[in-house]
Amino acid sequence: MIAQITMNETRAELTKFARLPAYVIPTLAFPVAFYAFFGLAMNGSQHIGPTTVATYMLATFGAFGVVGCALFAFGVSVAMERGQGWLLVKRASPMPPAAYFVAKVLTMMAFAAVIVAMLCLLAAEFGGVRLAPGAWLALIAALILGAIPFGAIGLAIGFVAGPNSAPAIVNVVYLPMSFLAGLWIPVEALPPFIAHVAPFLPTYHLGQLALGTIGPGHGSALTHIVVLALWTVAGAAAAAYGMKRDEGRTYG
Amino acid sequence: MHDTQIPARLSRVTKRYGAITALNDVDVALQPGETLALLGPNGAGKTTAIRTLLGIIAPDSGTATLFGKTPRRAANRTRVGAMLQVSGVPATLTVREHVRLFSSYYPRPLPIADTLAIAGLRGLENRLYGQLSGGQKQRVAFALAICGDPDALVLDEPTTALDVESRLALWAQIRGYVARGRSVLLTTHDLAEADALASRIMVLFGGTIVAEGTAAQIKSRAGGSTVRCTSGLDDERLCALAGIETVQRADGVIRLTTHDANAVVRALYAVDPTFTLLDVAQTPLEEAFLALTRTPASQEVPA
Repeated sequence: MIAQITMNETRAELTKFARLPAYVIPTLAFPVAFYAFFGLAMNGSQHIGPTTVATYMLATFGAFGVVGCALFAFGVSVAMERGQGWLLVKRASPMPPAAYFVAKVLTMMAFAAVIVAMLCLLAAEFGGVRLAPGAWLALIAALILGAIPFGAIGLAIGFVAGPNSAPAIVNVVYLPMSFLAGLWIPVEALPPFIAHVAPFLPTYHLGQLALGTIGPGHGSALTHIVVLALWTVAGAAAAAYGMKRDEGRTYG
Repeated sequence: MHDTQIPARLSRVTKRYGAITALNDVDVALQPGETLALLGPNGAGKTTAIRTLLGIIAPDSGTATLFGKTPRRAANRTRVGAMLQVSGVPATLTVREHVRLFSSYYPRPLPIADTLAIAGLRGLENRLYGQLSGGQKQRVAFALAICGDPDALVLDEPTTALDVESRLALWAQIRGYVARGRSVLLTTHDLAEADALASRIMVLFGGTIVAEGTAAQIKSRAGGSTVRCTSGLDDERLCALAGIETVQRADGVIRLTTHDANAVVRALYAVDPTFTLLDVAQTPLEEAFLALTRTPASQEVPA
């Protein structure tokens, strides 16, 4: 029963987003366009350490893409559904709450998979990126699963922010967090004071985890996974707090 | 009656938001087969009562039950359909997609075609929600409430902001639902709506139930007139006159509430040579609710 409801819920979420150009175009097109420009057109054949820019930036713009898709899918959509009362209708229905959240995770991962697939095709076709099959798989898995902590962070934003402020907050979190973590420009090329800040950001750990699957990452994969898991727990806890807080309010 | 047969019940429920007491020791029990209206002005606690009943919020004290079980668990809400006052229904799903999804939450939903027919949505099933008119959107909300073929409906201000035609259509749908032996609990701030739909009315004001009865009983208590006048009689003499329910004074003007303005005015002309009638008006509902919360004695209104 719950599995069936989760499936239906996921299908509805996918349909809902797919028909929403305001979501689809920025989340799908921006990472692809950025990668095509910075990773391929500008200096794709140059090298960063042992890898080409096209390979390196496949990992970092892949991370940039899934982070955006997760933050928007959770942050903005939950804030809207909560602020305008739709979440109340869901909560008054017999829908199991788990179905709502699992469906959002699955939807986010489906969009993440589309972004990663488009980037990989671009990289292989136009960037001359060649990886061992195991490395392709590891990179793709790291990016798609790596969306989850950012879904949790988005969820926290969605439950704490108002429906009108959520898109702005997501952008304020998303863009600096991507830049400072070296997702646009390699950490090595950033000014030293930024490079010192980077390890405090979850985006840095996803970027380095993804880079590690193809060679040039810093730190151990285990460390990155543990840090990202902690962010997931923190985001979910903040969201649960926000949900609880809503009950004590007359609004919404 | 055993509690598992009571579709929806609040027992001694108190709910506070900070310093505001939204519900104060409220008892409401929806009986099987009846249509119960919770009538009250905005801010009376109606929405809090509905949300507590549906398990969206937990009461500070007291209990809420649906067919004897806590509404806080999703599985206990399968026999109840709800219609809330919301605006954020996802715009990019079609009517059919919305109904199909909600139907899947229930163990024995109505066939989707039946739900669409009952809610008056035939011909609109492939329309995106965002493209519907206000009345059509409210019909979708009704469809989502009934699609699970629930034994009870809980409707929060179902016809607020609807035009007359849409309101009458929704009334007909609600009556059709009751005719199938189901129970309905609805909130409204409109006595006429409560009168049109409900077999029993509970008046909620300031977080407490201040009156209960049939529509006729509530109307006779709430739907009176206000006589504005000047008179040499003191409050005690006025209250003693037949038909006068409450007396208020402000700036030398006396306001009397009554259900028989003619008799009161005749009596006052007869006993008080200084009596001057200023005007007679239907008591606005807000004032009628206030009157219900008072004992029929004099109340000094600060100028």
